[in-house]
Amino acid sequence: MDLKQYQDVWVFIDCFQGHPKDVGYELLGQGRLLAEALKQKCCAVIIGENVDEAIKGATEYGADIIYVVRGEEYANYSADAYGHAFLELCEKYHPNTILIGATANGRDLGSKLAIRLKTGLTADCTALSVEEDTGNVVWERPAFGGNLYARILCSETRPQMGTVRPGAFKKPQKCQNKLSVMIREDIRTKQEDILTKVIDFIKAKDESGIKLEEAEYIVAGGRGLKGAENFTMLKELADLLGGSVGASRAAVDAGWIPQSKQVGQTGKTVTPKVYIACGISGAVQHLAGMTESDTIIAINKDASAPIFEVADYGIVGDVFEMVPAMIKEMRIAKNLEQ
Amino acid sequence: MNIVVCVKQVPDTTEIKIDPIKNTLIRQGVPSIMNPFDKNALEEAIQLKEQYSGSVTVISMGPEQAKATLREALSMGADKAYLVTDRAFGGSDTYATSYILSKVIEKLGPFDVILGGKQAIDGDTGQTAPSIAEHLGIARLTHIRSMKIDGNKCVVEREIEEGIEIVEAKLPILCTATKETNKPRYATIKGKIDSLKADIENITLADLPNMDITKIGLKGSPTRVKSTFIPERKSSCEMLESVNPRETAKVLFGKLAEAKIL
Ligand SMILES: Cc1cc2nc3c(=O)[nH]c(=O)nc-3n(C[C@H](O)[C@H](O)[C@H](O)COP(=O)(O)OP(=O)(O)OC[C@H]3O[C@@H](n4cnc5c(N)ncnc54)[C@H](O)[C@@H]3O)c2cc1C
Ligand SMILES: Cc1cc2nc3c(=O)[nH]c(=O)nc-3n(C[C@H](O)[C@H](O)[C@H](O)COP(=O)(O)OP(=O)(O)OC[C@H]3O[C@@H](n4cnc5c(N)ncnc54)[C@H](O)[C@@H]3O)c2cc1C
Repeated sequence: MDLKQYQDVWVFIDCFQGHPKDVGYELLGQGRLLAEALKQKCCAVIIGENVDEAIKGATEYGADIIYVVRGEEYANYSADAYGHAFLELCEKYHPNTILIGATANGRDLGSKLAIRLKTGLTADCTALSVEEDTGNVVWERPAFGGNLYARILCSETRPQMGTVRPGAFKKPQKCQNKLSVMIREDIRTKQEDILTKVIDFIKAKDESGIKLEEAEYIVAGGRGLKGAENFTMLKELADLLGGSVGASRAAVDAGWIPQSKQVGQTGKTVTPKVYIACGISGAVQHLAGMTESDTIIAINKDASAPIFEVADYGIVGDVFEMVPAMIKEMRIAKNLEQ
Repeated sequence: MNIVVCVKQVPDTTEIKIDPIKNTLIRQGVPSIMNPFDKNALEEAIQLKEQYSGSVTVISMGPEQAKATLREALSMGADKAYLVTDRAFGGSDTYATSYILSKVIEKLGPFDVILGGKQAIDGDTGQTAPSIAEHLGIARLTHIRSMKIDGNKCVVEREIEEGIEIVEAKLPILCTATKETNKPRYATIKGKIDSLKADIENITLADLPNMDITKIGLKGSPTRVKSTFIPERKSSCEMLESVNPRETAKVLFGKLAEAKIL
């Protein structure tokens, strides 16, 4: 394989019902950094029925080239239709690197492409860089539930591919007056070649307020909260801060709070300005989703809880005393109370 | 209905500790368990069999000790178990692992349904199962909540970030199970005793004559682990006295304001 034939960093813009997910934009930021190191272009790949919003976004977030495949067969994700379109693009343009968000669909698509392109796929990466002498991307990722991190290379085949955790990177600054080259490819997938068909969709219960992934302030609760009713005080503190409530898996498993609020290895990765962990012990699987927060505050009555190892400020105390006290002080500071 | 379940033996990663001096994982004494999501896959398979009749085969690739996991699967209700094991398979990444498992499935099949876990808790990639489907050229649906079969079709509820998709597909199909799919049953005492007597066959490279050996093992793996490291933890936590909660809250907000965080 002549690796030099393979040029450019491609970013898949994962959309749901025509709306691009943030992870695509986060990856355009990373794709740009890799492309600069490789002296290649950073490109977006958009597949869908309604593609306008994604095209606008990809331009704003700085894609040099935008490849667009459009058709009603792409209204919903299917490995077959999306895979077919993406593979045709790869055959024609030979990308060097492909970045895909590690969403349910992204991971599925990534494995399809990697097998068909006979190349390597690194899963769920949290950091990316380029080896200067070889041009190999160094894919960094957690394994063993976040206990261990590995650096992985795919040095002999191209494209080199990886999926990246949503939330692992911040969205880049929007570009002013970016001129992206648009390449529309008329690739159609026959109905009979699509083996799975979405026949209905049940939307997850609407989360009120700020989305966890986008919140700048997160107040998260664990088993130490002892019951669903006690999440109200976390919500109150989060509202005062203008943020959102998160949780450990123990709290989710206990049914105190929906799964969409779970932070960690099998939940969401978050990078807020402030993360307040209340009654959370700090298991590695939880840490895997929140250690990149700018400032971490931990409240736990056990001074030896591992959460204090990643915290910036620690309070050994009872959440049922500390959280109401914090609410009170916040309200006073905001002149809501004296 | 013929069902095959891919199960992986994994270290219980909740029990792994870090050696603070050498900064490496301490694997000694860490119990080996059936990958938790594979238990959900197996439970789903057994439920399908109970509903539609048929048989459940389990396969695992790994060293001889992975037979313990296969016995556990038998004790839960699987009918037949095979260990896929050969020196030549060592060092396989997800590309190679899924290729080998697809060849084993072709040999033992045909199957109507192939089940696996959402991800293994050690390698954590979640790539092996959908990759098996790709090698076999069949449909796949990852992260399923439930599965109903109707003739040669199935209807599956699939979890995505936005909600639940109801998806229809023809058999054969590969699906991956999550924690929400079901609640795995416990083995019965009789099941446990029977599983100890059960015969678990090994499948080696020699049993798979159609295998392209350039696609297996370390050599056949396009990805390579270059290095591993233990994530650094900040050790600079500032502990705040908490004699009086209101006072502590004040001190905390004061510090955050000073550091321009709030
Ligand atoms: C495959 C796998 C994936 C996983 N994925 C995730 C994941 O994505 N996210 C996740 O969070 N976990 C995950 N886990 C679970 C994880 O291992 C832990 O079990 C979980 O994070 C523990 O939650 P917790 O800290 O709330 O509970 P515990 O570990 O029980 O901790 C409760 C803490 O609350 C403190 N406490 C109790 N009462 C009070 C009080 N009144 N005031 C102050 N403190 C108090 C205790 O001292 C204790 O430290 C996963 C596990 C596995 C096996
Ligand atoms: C630190 C580290 C990082 C790694 N990163 C990557 C990477 O990014 N990309 C890559 O290609 N490889 C990677 N590997 C190699 C990968 O772990 C192995 O290929 C492994 O055989 C399967 O991957 P997994 O554990 O991620 O399983 P997953 O793909 O997460 O497993 C999903 C499901 O597939 C089935 N399954 C998986 N393995 C077996 C098995 N042996 N027997 C039966 N069923 C099975 C099970 O149903 C399981 O639930 C890494 C290995 C290590 C040690």
